[in-house]
Amino acid sequence: MKHIISALVENKPGVLAHVSGMFAARAFNIDSLVVGRTEDPQLSRMTIVVVGDDRVLEQVRKQLAKIVPVVKVQDFAGQSVVARDLMLITIAAPPEKRPEIVALIETFKGNVVDIGQKTIMVEISGPEEKIEAFIEMCRPYGIKNVARTGTIAMPRQEKTSAGPQEAAEE
Amino acid sequence: MKSGFSHSADSAGKSSILKTGPSILSTVLKTGSLGTGAEIAVQSLIDQGVDTMFGYPGGVILPFFDKLYDAPIRFIIPRHEQGGAHMADAYARASGKVGVIVATSGPGACNLVTGLGTAMMDSVPMVAITGQVRTELIGNDAFQEADTTGITRPVTKYNCIVKDVKDLARSIKEAFFIASTGRPGPVVVDLPVDVQVAKTEYDAGVEMRLPGYKPKVKGHHRQIEMAAEAINKSEKPVLYVGGGIISANAGEELRALAKKAHLPVTMTLLGLGSYDQNEAESLDMLGMHGTAYANYAVQECDLLIAVGARFDDRVTGKVKAFAPHAKVIHIDIDPASIAKNVRADIPVVGDAKYILSEMVKMVEHRERKDWFAKIAQWKKKYPLGYDRKSTNIKPQYVIEQICELTGGDAIITTGVGQHQMWTSQFYKFKRPRQFITSGGLGTMGYGLPAAIGAQIAMPEATVVDIDGDHSFNMTLTELRTAVQYELPIKVCIMNNGYMGMVRQWQELFYNKRYSKSYLANPDYSKVAEALGAVGVTVEKKADVPKAIKKMLAEQKPCVVDFHVEPEENVWPMVPAGKSLHEMDGLDLLESMA
Repeated sequence: MKHIISALVENKPGVLAHVSGMFAARAFNIDSLVVGRTEDPQLSRMTIVVVGDDRVLEQVRKQLAKIVPVVKVQDFAGQSVVARDLMLITIAAPPEKRPEIVALIETFKGNVVDIGQKTIMVEISGPEEKIEAFIEMCRPYGIKNVARTGTIAMPRQEKTSAGPQEAAEE
Repeated sequence: MKSGFSHSADSAGKSSILKTGPSILSTVLKTGSLGTGAEIAVQSLIDQGVDTMFGYPGGVILPFFDKLYDAPIRFIIPRHEQGGAHMADAYARASGKVGVIVATSGPGACNLVTGLGTAMMDSVPMVAITGQVRTELIGNDAFQEADTTGITRPVTKYNCIVKDVKDLARSIKEAFFIASTGRPGPVVVDLPVDVQVAKTEYDAGVEMRLPGYKPKVKGHHRQIEMAAEAINKSEKPVLYVGGGIISANAGEELRALAKKAHLPVTMTLLGLGSYDQNEAESLDMLGMHGTAYANYAVQECDLLIAVGARFDDRVTGKVKAFAPHAKVIHIDIDPASIAKNVRADIPVVGDAKYILSEMVKMVEHRERKDWFAKIAQWKKKYPLGYDRKSTNIKPQYVIEQICELTGGDAIITTGVGQHQMWTSQFYKFKRPRQFITSGGLGTMGYGLPAAIGAQIAMPEATVVDIDGDHSFNMTLTELRTAVQYELPIKVCIMNNGYMGMVRQWQELFYNKRYSKSYLANPDYSKVAEALGAVGVTVEKKADVPKAIKKMLAEQKPCVVDFHVEPEENVWPMVPAGKSLHEMDGLDLLESMA
């Protein structure tokens, strides 16, 4: 099962190497890993998508938390989260195909960000499934290039007074 | 580099380092005064209580070494940085303090890697200070440059490079705190040479900044209660304890618990010494070369109380069939150790000393007559043994004699292999920090430098390295270090001419094809003499006790080369991947009982 793990880490050199090195050394599979700054200049957030069963994921969480510059680890499994992936994609688009390609982009709420003689570049974001679906739809026209950010995620805000319980890490 | 000249010129060298302890009078740098990075580093170490260091100088660590020239720190120079790292590690294991090793950049730092890995796997508190090329040269493939933090990251609990002298005092304070708290481990502080000469104000009271590091000491109260209740209900419990008891200094609490609740105790290799093996409750070591009675007890118990042990594959055998009838209580300070290999029914995260002392208050005494009777039967039927009638020198006999003639009180170090397993079987340990061995990483060559580190930590103790011929050969250059510092360490080589454990596996699993498992040994007693130590060779069984007595009486380092039975095997043995009760060699033990 795919899990989205969010780790708040100290913004120091070497932390990314430590985290990715731990994943490699312990043979955990990373689907994607995104690092970015947060509102606090001392902290960065890593969003890591990992595939594994519950036992593996328990170890992933614990081994991450064990790394000294890792401040907090959350596994979003079982929680309601907003998860997004951003993609830039260049599609072969000869003039006669453009109207239907542009219609497709509009359906997916993508933006055309660059147009060339034979291609167009599209920016599209959304849940991973939507991105994957868009790629499939583009395939018949010919995909020239794809760049994706990988998933970032945040839990949804409480809608009732009883908030989601955070898993107590013993 | 003073070390390059005659050792008599070295004030810390010739005059016995054991008798002249460091003075605490001089201070290198006072808080609030301006100092160089090197001065700050040395003063920070002194402020951490460091009075002993191991290390080897080199180009970019020279500013630091210059400040050591008149610092109140005794300094031991090994012959190789790896040896120095093992010395610092064993110093820590024997004393409970943080071991400190210093090395230069590049090759110096690279040579520490085996030592750091050894300390990491066995959770030993250690701080390594490494020199680094000037900050503006980093990444340029400068002379003696290595990516030290990159190379050492997987073999350390934490590491950092200090690029601004203002961060130095804090970084060293953090290094000691991280190394010695929680599950202990080695920490590397990489120190570029320009930072060692840059100046700033020293602040001894600087605050640490470790938002992500909060080791848990107190176990969850309800979990502790549940563990005690489970013990009170159990008919067939076994305490399974590891090195965590020793790092937590929880030997007394363990004893109190085992005595009060009446529990049999088995130990891992690193746990040996945590419970007196002469006591009735001791089942000695479990696992691949553990005792039959420990392994049977684990396989049959209804409650396994694991404390400071990590269910290593050498302990569990086939994990799925390990302790199949047992409810598992797992007490450990490292949350990641819990449920890593074996499910835990009652996990308790925290310090073993605290948790055990709480549990002692809650447990009741129970006789458990049937259970102890069954254990007594196993002990009677399958005691550890060997062919005592043999006229050849059996390594087990030598170790039994060492145990007897040292009164079971010596600090014992080992290399890795058959001799290490025989030591764990035939030396009966009484107290924590008495047995110093590389368990997790299994580092051959650990024994001799470890004996040096332990002797430095415990000047009054008898320290014996029970070694293998090929293990000893890996680091024997350090014998000269023992001679230089006048350390009366003893080395007993179980010389069978083979890499014994490799040969045993080849005999059992590779059709006796002894592929590359032997080296042409030198005459070790002559090597010892050439290095300034005393050398003795023993070829007859009758000479064994006499040679050990002579060795124990020696004031100089002494090497005794015992020419033992070449193809002796370690029994019992759980072949890799088998369950703990599927031991080979039991018929042999039974016949010799």
